[in-house]
Amino acid sequence: MSLTQISSSVDDDAKPGLFEQARLRAGHIAIPLGTAVSLLLIWQIGVRLFEVPTYIAPAPTDVLAVFANDAALLLRNFWPTLIESLSGFVVGNLAAILIAVAFVHSRTVEKAFFPIAVFINTIPILAIAPILVLIFGAGMTAKVVIAALICFFPTLVNMVRGLQSVSPQTLELARILSASKSEIFWKIRLPSSLPFLFSALKIAATTCVIGAIVGEWIGADVGLGALIIDSTFNFRSPLLYATVFVSSGLSVLLFTAVSVAERLVVRW
Amino acid sequence: MSVQPLADFADDSPDQEPAGRKVAARLSGASVKFGRFTALENISLEIGEGEFWTILGPSGCGKSTMLRLVSDLVPAAEGDVTILDKSTEAARLAREFAFVFQDATLLPWRSALKNVELPLEMGRKRGLQIPASDRSPQELLELVGLKGRENALPHELSGGMRQRVAIARALVCKPKLLLMDEPFGALDEMKRDLLNLQLREIWQETGVTILFVTHSISEAVFLGQKVLMLRANPGRVKDVVDIDLPAHREVALRETPEFNRYCGKLRQLLEEC
Repeated sequence: MSLTQISSSVDDDAKPGLFEQARLRAGHIAIPLGTAVSLLLIWQIGVRLFEVPTYIAPAPTDVLAVFANDAALLLRNFWPTLIESLSGFVVGNLAAILIAVAFVHSRTVEKAFFPIAVFINTIPILAIAPILVLIFGAGMTAKVVIAALICFFPTLVNMVRGLQSVSPQTLELARILSASKSEIFWKIRLPSSLPFLFSALKIAATTCVIGAIVGEWIGADVGLGALIIDSTFNFRSPLLYATVFVSSGLSVLLFTAVSVAERLVVRW
Repeated sequence: MSVQPLADFADDSPDQEPAGRKVAARLSGASVKFGRFTALENISLEIGEGEFWTILGPSGCGKSTMLRLVSDLVPAAEGDVTILDKSTEAARLAREFAFVFQDATLLPWRSALKNVELPLEMGRKRGLQIPASDRSPQELLELVGLKGRENALPHELSGGMRQRVAIARALVCKPKLLLMDEPFGALDEMKRDLLNLQLREIWQETGVTILFVTHSISEAVFLGQKVLMLRANPGRVKDVVDIDLPAHREVALRETPEFNRYCGKLRQLLEEC
């Protein structure tokens, strides 16, 4: 909502405020951008000045050259990771949401399965990834499962809290209105849980990429994770750095998408 | 004394129907217990249709519990409660009463108008016949002075405005009985005065019966036709005081000697509790 409020206030007094607003906004972008450019410059000068070999630490211009020359290679490995991350995001969060609903619906289900959920969450993802690759093979499935697994727990915990976040007084209101259980769920509990759900989805948006890449390390011939392993062993450091930037770019993309969705859905 | 003889309530106060009036709510020897703790004991009352009652008493005397008892949120351990000669459950299913909480208890993702419409949507799955007021939700928002703010979300409204939305929501099913649990307790004095005046107007326009819990003596006298004084441990009826003041009330009424005489009397009763 804050966004719509700000934009409407811009409309209200557009004439005097517009220039000021633009300057402020430019400052918000210019300051961090300037810092980043300066750091890259220091990096460039440092590498050249001390004659660091490219395979140990490539200069930013070397990495840029990879983006120009090997764009097709990067893109070919970008799509599989994107698909795995997104599928894992959807599967993991959907499972977490449904199980959270079951937990809130029945204390017995929660008692039976919550300890198992905690146990699965305590296994390091690097330890469980080889097992999943053995079970599901070298195809995409194992990566999707790993990505889903890594999203699952934070969403489960947040969603349970969200569904339980309804105030006792609101539940009394529902009782006075003789609301049915399904009406309470759809009209009160589910909307109440949305702010909690979105904070979990923001976490999941970045961790699902980690899951997919870890899966690709174990066994894959395409994907950003495979490219990271490949370029490391072949001392193609500029390509390695470029792949790392693309991976983090993918996380930023997914995170931004979730943030935009949150702003559209949670307006209160 | 603990129980007012029922016959006394037939006494006519100025703005009340004469003999032959209907009873909106009747409590006969009702008690409420929470485990071993007795919150209310042996309450017998008759609240006539269209009357405005305010409930006063020391903290912990069961004022809120009494509203909860009438609204079927807590069961009676002993005795009986009826609303328009129905059980409280039947009255709840028929939407004979509505509740206004101390918090507005609005759904934050719904606009003011959508919040007012909520009672019309709830209970449909059970196949309830949901009565609707002759006034549309828009007109009810207008009645409480929120014309033009229909699409505002609760967080865009002030505390007083939110409480007015809650009052409009309470009226949307045309209740015969309005239960209000310190609805203006969290507001500053200016807003409270304004809302008190508005509530009197709404009461006179709609003819709804009101049970209003407060811990402000002057609010109790200003609003009520009758003040029910409860005493604590266990909660019992201490006294019922008729407020014999003109039907049309203005803020200036608070400066009059009659008004202050009632306040003094109630303060004395409260001290005896």
